[in-house]
Amino acid sequence: MKPIDHAEASSHFIEAKAHLEFHDRRLWDLRVKRDRQAHGIPEWEELRDLASAIKEHTLSRLADYLEQFEAQAKKNGAHVHWARDAGEHNQIVYDILSAHGAKTLVKSKSMLTEECNMRQFLQTRSITVIETDLGERIQQLDDEPPSHIVVPAVHKLRSDVSEVFARTIGSEPGNNDAHYLAEAMRRNTRPYFLDAQAGMTGANFAVAETGSFVVCTNEGNADLSANVPKLHIACIGIEKIIPKIEHLAVFIRMLSRSALGSPITQYTSHFRAPRPGTELHIVLVDNGRSQRLGMKDFWHSLKCIRCGACMNTCPVYRRSGGLSYGATYSGPIGIIIDPTFDIRKYSNLPYASTLNGSCTNVCPVKINIHEQIYKWRQVMAERNQLPLVKREAIRIIGKVMSEPHLYRAAISATGLAIERLPRFAVYNWLNPWGRQREMPEPPKQSFRTWYLENRNGR
Amino acid sequence: MTSRDSILAAVRQNQPAPLAPVPAIPSFARDTEPLLEQFKSVLLSMGGKLAPPVDRGDLDGLVHSLFPDATVICSATLEVRGTRMLDGSTDPTALADVDVAVVRAAFGVAETGSVWLSEEELKVNALAYLAQHLIVLLDPSCIVGNLHQAYRDFRFNTARYAVLVTGPSATADIEGVLVHGAQGVRSLTVAMVAP
Repeated sequence: MKPIDHAEASSHFIEAKAHLEFHDRRLWDLRVKRDRQAHGIPEWEELRDLASAIKEHTLSRLADYLEQFEAQAKKNGAHVHWARDAGEHNQIVYDILSAHGAKTLVKSKSMLTEECNMRQFLQTRSITVIETDLGERIQQLDDEPPSHIVVPAVHKLRSDVSEVFARTIGSEPGNNDAHYLAEAMRRNTRPYFLDAQAGMTGANFAVAETGSFVVCTNEGNADLSANVPKLHIACIGIEKIIPKIEHLAVFIRMLSRSALGSPITQYTSHFRAPRPGTELHIVLVDNGRSQRLGMKDFWHSLKCIRCGACMNTCPVYRRSGGLSYGATYSGPIGIIIDPTFDIRKYSNLPYASTLNGSCTNVCPVKINIHEQIYKWRQVMAERNQLPLVKREAIRIIGKVMSEPHLYRAAISATGLAIERLPRFAVYNWLNPWGRQREMPEPPKQSFRTWYLENRNGR
Repeated sequence: MTSRDSILAAVRQNQPAPLAPVPAIPSFARDTEPLLEQFKSVLLSMGGKLAPPVDRGDLDGLVHSLFPDATVICSATLEVRGTRMLDGSTDPTALADVDVAVVRAAFGVAETGSVWLSEEELKVNALAYLAQHLIVLLDPSCIVGNLHQAYRDFRFNTARYAVLVTGPSATADIEGVLVHGAQGVRSLTVAMVAP
């Protein structure tokens, strides 16, 4: 498997000027709205500390809390399943659907089912899967993965959505009105809600003391998926557990404020027990999480509540688009999670960052994202996962920096080189930095020569 | 070994050394703004509407004045008669043609402009989503300040299904344009009226 080339993929994203400009502006707007909400709550920083403490505490006793959650959920009348990996998860879901003779599944957005590539698995087994979140449905119909964990189709303009809908659900070609397009999807989806034999949701939080779980949406599509069919399957990553109901307040207060800059999602739904006469199945999924929990430098990424604030604030993400990361999770959080799935495939991702630390500053659960990105760079270097040019450059720089006479010679040579060499010798494939920028003007004199002339001996 | 046991064993082996228990969560309660006023302004900012002041004896009249063209009005509260009876055994799909649903919320949350509903208030959970429009009756004396206070309500531990509803169904998935009525109700109107 060749490593994903984020820089190469981004260059295509950057070429589409109108898309790039909208994408950058839209996500920055979410960041600005997030700031407004955060500044409106005097205890915001205290909430972040609490959220971080709750998550770290829970992860340090996760096995006990998982057992407590399972026991409570069973007591509530839910069926609880455990899946070691994506394959097992998909098979469990398929078996539940088969046992109920379900042919159509309406579902709300779940990054976990994306991670497991569940839709494709079920569709090859003749199950019709209907995504009911508008953004996710757009991506499903266009046969693309989501490009953002909260706003899956944020890289598309309304004309793109219009084209996809005209091609797939028979909307009026050329009608780019967002209200018309959303209405077209509402009308297209409604019959599926009424006819589906099964509904699926993910979960934002699972509460150990009650065996209940919480789903946050703005469209109410999770509530329709769960409350109309007689079978509800909830797929939950094992890191979603929190100990108590009172802890929900800390997270719910920050989730939508961080994600979209609204005080809460339109629907914050708590599922504890099946409706009378229906079944509730909970699938608890590991898929690499237990292994990540043992990684000294990276287990904190399991605190993530998937708000996307780190993506919205990241200058690299805003200008490269989620699809260029070639992974389920993109942006800063993706950079620190993806290599745990496949270190070679995602070996270039830690370089898709300026390390400006903004991601860390907006993270509601205080994950040290930019420090982990830096750590991953070290890991990639140690494991020989660097591309040849980067590896050689770093080797030579290391040598030069460790020997003062080489360093001094190099500094004066560099100044001369930038001044005297023809452009092609400075701006070429060995110097990706110079691809979109001019090299800085070299100073007339290095600090050392200035110091020797002016301050020597004083 | 079952998947359950192998996952739990791997988690036990890998989880970091036990960290300190979580401190108690403060209530962060403050009484700067009157709760009712805060509730109203946040509700409006979330796309919800407020019904004009109404006499509790004339709630059917309120529904008709808000939605004069509605043909199917389905109420989960005895305070409004509507046009269709509802009980817990109604099949959800039978509610697909409801124009207006009426429910009474257990309480409201000022910080977020949310109303709290469960199977107790909804009778059929899907009512609040399949209807085109939703009217929520809320006792103005039943509004708590923030979510910390809301989550102390014991009914979170007993309800099969509980939801904080804040404004109507909404999406901004197409170029950030706000659209109400994405999949659930197109509008949500709160009527401040004691039972």
